[in-house]
Amino acid sequence: MSWFISPRRLREQGVLGMNQRNIEYISGYNDRRLFPLVDDKLKTKQLAIAEGLAVPPLVGVIEYQHQVSTIGELLKTQDAFCIKPSKGSGGKGILVIHDHDNQEYFKPNNQSLSLADIKRHTSNILAGLFSLGGQPDKAIIEYLIHFDESFANYSYEGVPDIRIIVFRGFPVMAMMRLSTAASDGKANLHQGAVGVGIDIVTGKASYAIQHDRPVAKHPDTGMLLSDICIEGWPDLLSMAARCYEMSGLGYLGVDIVLDERQGPMLLELNARPGLAIQIANNNGLLKRFDAISALEDTHMSPEQRVAFVQRSFAVPPL
Amino acid sequence: MQQKIPFYLLVILLICLGMGSAVYRHINLEIPWLPGETREVWSVEARVEFTALDEPVIAQMAIPETQQGFTLLEQSTASPGFGLSYLTEEDIPAVRWSTQEAVGKQVLYYRAQFLLDEQQQRPWPDAPDVLAAPILSETTALVAERLIEQARQQAADQITMAAQLLNLLQSDDQQVQLLLQERSVEEAAMLLMQLAAIPARQVTALRLKNSRRNQDSRAYLMVYDTVHEVETESQRVAFFNLATGKEGRPQRLLIWELGDRPLIDLEGGRNTRISFSMQRDVAPVQQALEQKYSDVSAMQISLHSLPLEEQKLFRGLLLIPVGVMMVMLMRVLVGLRTSGTFMPVLIALALMQTALGAGLAGFVLLVVSGLMVRSYLSRLNLLLVARISAVIIIVILLTATFSVIAYNLRIVEGLNIIFFPMIIIAWTIERMSLLWEEEGGGEVMKQGGGSLLVALLAYLVMSNQYVQHLTFNFPGLQLVLLAMVLLLGSYTGYRLVELFRFSALHGRNKGASE
Repeated sequence: MSWFISPRRLREQGVLGMNQRNIEYISGYNDRRLFPLVDDKLKTKQLAIAEGLAVPPLVGVIEYQHQVSTIGELLKTQDAFCIKPSKGSGGKGILVIHDHDNQEYFKPNNQSLSLADIKRHTSNILAGLFSLGGQPDKAIIEYLIHFDESFANYSYEGVPDIRIIVFRGFPVMAMMRLSTAASDGKANLHQGAVGVGIDIVTGKASYAIQHDRPVAKHPDTGMLLSDICIEGWPDLLSMAARCYEMSGLGYLGVDIVLDERQGPMLLELNARPGLAIQIANNNGLLKRFDAISALEDTHMSPEQRVAFVQRSFAVPPL
Repeated sequence: MQQKIPFYLLVILLICLGMGSAVYRHINLEIPWLPGETREVWSVEARVEFTALDEPVIAQMAIPETQQGFTLLEQSTASPGFGLSYLTEEDIPAVRWSTQEAVGKQVLYYRAQFLLDEQQQRPWPDAPDVLAAPILSETTALVAERLIEQARQQAADQITMAAQLLNLLQSDDQQVQLLLQERSVEEAAMLLMQLAAIPARQVTALRLKNSRRNQDSRAYLMVYDTVHEVETESQRVAFFNLATGKEGRPQRLLIWELGDRPLIDLEGGRNTRISFSMQRDVAPVQQALEQKYSDVSAMQISLHSLPLEEQKLFRGLLLIPVGVMMVMLMRVLVGLRTSGTFMPVLIALALMQTALGAGLAGFVLLVVSGLMVRSYLSRLNLLLVARISAVIIIVILLTATFSVIAYNLRIVEGLNIIFFPMIIIAWTIERMSLLWEEEGGGEVMKQGGGSLLVALLAYLVMSNQYVQHLTFNFPGLQLVLLAMVLLLGSYTGYRLVELFRFSALHGRNKGASE
């Protein structure tokens, strides 16, 4: 394994770089005025509900500083929850509490927090500490996903989620993100989560990386990553494809979680999805983008688009 | 790619405009491309000494002007007790000293500063009319006639003719001696010019030599070639040293007076003596040019016309685009991450005010102690704005403390810490401490290190004397920078770090078919 790759090889592989992503895809396909819809998780959630997509139920919203003192009452109704900044990015400011006794609140790693800690965190969110550009924000309290038991051993202290890149309505590439001890229960690859490339046609794992390097087993649980297979994959694809109509964004990252009881739920949308998915799939995005751009028929229903993807993007087994 | 064409046209236009203005300034205002070029500035002092006769004194002395090869920068006099006026509007510029009464030995000084200036091409005054020759004795007239006849045979034009005549004057010939019996060489030369109808001036000149005192002026003859003037457009003028008869104007020959008159005209005194002393200074070209153009409109639109304080400000401001450019390069081409997009430029600006080592040490010291205080603040459950405000106050207190400690330890560089932008530092501390809480110390080191590295690079470029010289003297180059920024902004190629980041994709077989 070399530690360097020539730009020519990268281009041959169809790898999308950061500059090209910013200029040609984000500026090119994502209308600036649509950004607030995806940058604000509360708006996304409302939009998704209107569209008939499943989302994690909302426990409550804290909008103003004076409401922070009432948060204890709100939290009594829930055993497990997570508090997020509505306009956060990159997983910043997400606090997951999987159990509490109204005095002590436990993070997934069993670190305990006091109610004052929770309140401080909420104030920080309101003040815009985690939001894009530091603008004032809202704190969302959400039902904590009970993730599918079949993934229990693949994730360390966190909820695995599935990121699907949707280009002009076509789900193009997918990966599953598994949190690790190194990522502190968060599913962000740059923090050390494992990224498992998922075959867009079958929903089966094809490749996996941690810290941009290939791995075969989950570093904490030792489970073989290549055994991962997502049930009901076509449902996820169609959910992702429908997000195009919902958001209007041509270059979109769709994050989906699998709830044990309620099935796939739309977690959030991202107008600036990262590029690590290419490493996780060991494949570049550009060839697939080009195949879609070459299509003549641009008016296809989400189902037609999913069908096209499943026809066209089959990857032969390694 | 249709809309790309106007874009590239714009970029090319910007580059052409920028380069064009720079070239214009280089050629027309002689601003050199590189710093460190120097010019000679000569201070010439005329010392007028005379004995006053206890009656009103009026002393009028011719003074030199800007001329080919020399630009007058400034002039001054030292003459206690005398009234002073400059007669620069006259045909022959002069300075006039006057007083009601003076007794005994008097000394007056006149000092002028000249820039040795090859670009100075001010034309000489027009050729004088040829005056009718005075009535001469028959023998003298005959001798002169012969000399002129002899010279004419060997001359092609008025200047070569004058050269021949002056050459003859140097000879030991009987006839020449006869001519020189009643008059000086200067007078004889003028006489011959008049008889030969060659327009000429008798001028007083100074050879500039460094650190000379008590120098005398020299008499030169300035001869015009009026016959060929129409064809050649430019004046043809030749200088002849009357003492030797040699033709040519030596380098650094300052023509003091052009008017066929004595240097000084004195009423109410006697025993006049003028002596000159001169001193060469080597001035940076910048300073010399500033003086030269201090009242010329060509420079009015340039930054040199601003007061010094503002000039200094703009020197700094015009460097910012260079620093910004560096940040862009590092982010777009290399892919380094920095905490706060242009924070490194601000740090680089601060580093320019301090010494590099002291600045870096001060910065790290401030941020580290700020982080420690901030880690306590994070336990106080404060609002964000309050916390940042607290950090700002603490950063300022820390700055004051470090400065006092450094001063008492006689570390003068420590005082420079005040140049750091406090609010930016407070934000940096806040961001880093959050990063620490969320992503751990490694990420803080990565981003902090990246910021410092970019700041250091920006500093190295911005403190480079060539860069400073170019940005300040050729503001048009900012347009070139702008064009480069536009180009970089549309660069869609891979970043350097991506070549490492995506290297795991290397091993893929080419079977990934689409």
